[in-house]
Amino acid sequence: MSITLSNITKTFDRFQALKDISITFKNGELTALLGPSGSGKTTLLRLVAGLELPDDNPESHILFHGADVLGKPASQRQVGFVFQHYALFRHMTVFENIAFGLRVMKRSERPSKAEIKDRVNELLKMIQLESMARRMPSQLSGGQRQRVALARALAIQPQVLLLDEPFGALDAKVRAELRRWLRELHDKLHVTSIFVTHDQEEALEVSDRIVVMNQGMIEQVGSPDDVFHHPASEFVLKFLGDVNVFHGRFDESQTIFHGHSEEKSSRMLVRSYEIEVLLNPHGIRDVLPVQTQRVLTAGSMVKLEFTDAMHQIIQVHLSHADYTRTPLEPGMKAYLRPVRSMPYSI
Amino acid sequence: MNHVTVRTGIQTSRFVNIVIILLALGFLGAFLILPLIVVFGEAFRQGIVVWLKSVTDRDALSAIRMTLLVAGISLPLNILFGLAAAWSLSKFRFKGRNLIITLIDLPFAVSPVISGLIFVLLFCARGWLGPYLIEHDIHIIFAVPGIIIATLFVTFPYIARELIPLMTEQGNEEEQAALTLGSSGWKTFWRITLPNIKWGLIYGIILSNARAMGEFGAVSIVSGHIRGETNTLPLHTEILYNEYQFTSAFAVASLLALLALVTIVFKSSIEWKMKEKQA
Repeated sequence: MSITLSNITKTFDRFQALKDISITFKNGELTALLGPSGSGKTTLLRLVAGLELPDDNPESHILFHGADVLGKPASQRQVGFVFQHYALFRHMTVFENIAFGLRVMKRSERPSKAEIKDRVNELLKMIQLESMARRMPSQLSGGQRQRVALARALAIQPQVLLLDEPFGALDAKVRAELRRWLRELHDKLHVTSIFVTHDQEEALEVSDRIVVMNQGMIEQVGSPDDVFHHPASEFVLKFLGDVNVFHGRFDESQTIFHGHSEEKSSRMLVRSYEIEVLLNPHGIRDVLPVQTQRVLTAGSMVKLEFTDAMHQIIQVHLSHADYTRTPLEPGMKAYLRPVRSMPYSI
Repeated sequence: MNHVTVRTGIQTSRFVNIVIILLALGFLGAFLILPLIVVFGEAFRQGIVVWLKSVTDRDALSAIRMTLLVAGISLPLNILFGLAAAWSLSKFRFKGRNLIITLIDLPFAVSPVISGLIFVLLFCARGWLGPYLIEHDIHIIFAVPGIIIATLFVTFPYIARELIPLMTEQGNEEEQAALTLGSSGWKTFWRITLPNIKWGLIYGIILSNARAMGEFGAVSIVSGHIRGETNTLPLHTEILYNEYQFTSAFAVASLLALLALVTIVFKSSIEWKMKEKQA
């Protein structure tokens, strides 16, 4: 089912959390709402669920498959909502938690006791927690709790699955596992899903589409590839990874910084792994002389920190193979050459 | 006492430990346990027959009935008020919220005698509402309604006070989750909110009930001490005592003491249950 929001503004007291948002989520897609905290991504999700209402405006609409749901309360929107802190019912067993949505259905629609039992057992199998049916939520680990929360949301066969920073409270390893699992699950169920995250890696890895948000507005909508390789704004580029900013004059005679600006004075944004490190300029003109400050070799990439003549810090990430070719130590001189950059005028 | 098993950074000498423990125990015995023993001792001094006679005396029975009636009416009202107040104050943020929380504490801060006097000022013949009440032949002061109003005033903070921190800490995410799962507001209250605060609510009810049955000051002012009509157990005890009927006074008092003991047992078993739930 597709979801369309048009002209949605949301104000808390005097703070505008969302500013005239219009966007469509396509049927069956897994979309990531990516942005820093306070960017309005959670508010947007809660508006879709009906847990918040937008500011009054006759132009505002939230459409589920073309039908306006603004007048419907959360309990009638049939959305599955997964909370960051799980929000499991603490006084119910895992089984009862998952069964809850079925048990509160109107009598005419409610499945029989046996059907509820079958459905819950099926979901328990799907989340690989069949042996935990009789446990209380407090007896589960964080990752297990979040899987129960997901099963509970899926039990009512929602038209939309909404996940609010679902892995935010988990440690890195469990996060990665659940991420992969969520992607597999989505490929199986194809339910339209929106999940909120502030972790760019998570968004790039899991989603079909990414909506980058900043200060209550949408900065860019696109596939992970699009957003990563063709960021629409400086904000998007900076948010998606470590970026170095170079100030200076760039003109036709310089060919290294491709995509350069016509203007005399502009800024260059260069990703930290798109910089070549040279020990010796070998006559190449367009290089930046720098001083090595810190070298961190523990990690999948070697992280180097340089300062230029203006004492600006420049971060460079090298593969271990490249680093063995230019084995720098703190204090040594080096020359940097941006491989690819994006110009933004000031 | 074994000093070796647990070594903490705080070390005191054995002598100081014993002195502190003896002081605490001595205080407990003199001010809490001794009075209880005296009450029961005096109550049964002339045997169980006299005790039974004192407790089943016509005026005593009427006082028991009155106490049960007052508690029976004020308790459901307190539960309703406590739940409503705690719900709105813990699940929502609005202007004046802190002021209301402070106001709920007012009965704790005001001397019960003064609250009794306030109601006399409001409802007596020369009071603010007096002429209206007389015109419509409504009796509040020196009648049952007055006693109930005074009791309500004194006891209403107990349940709300118990529930507000509990519900604030629990937040409303579980309720929101229930709503997204298709549960109506009413079902959400019965299936999610109420079970989560069950023990806190019972705890508040027990405290509130103990206070409702034992209240003296405020009720004493508004009741008028009409024997067999507006006397509650505490008031009846005082009347008997003032008439030098010590054994009867202590017999009736022993009922109140018994209520206190039952309350304490209930209270600690629920505290134990709540702790177990949290673990």
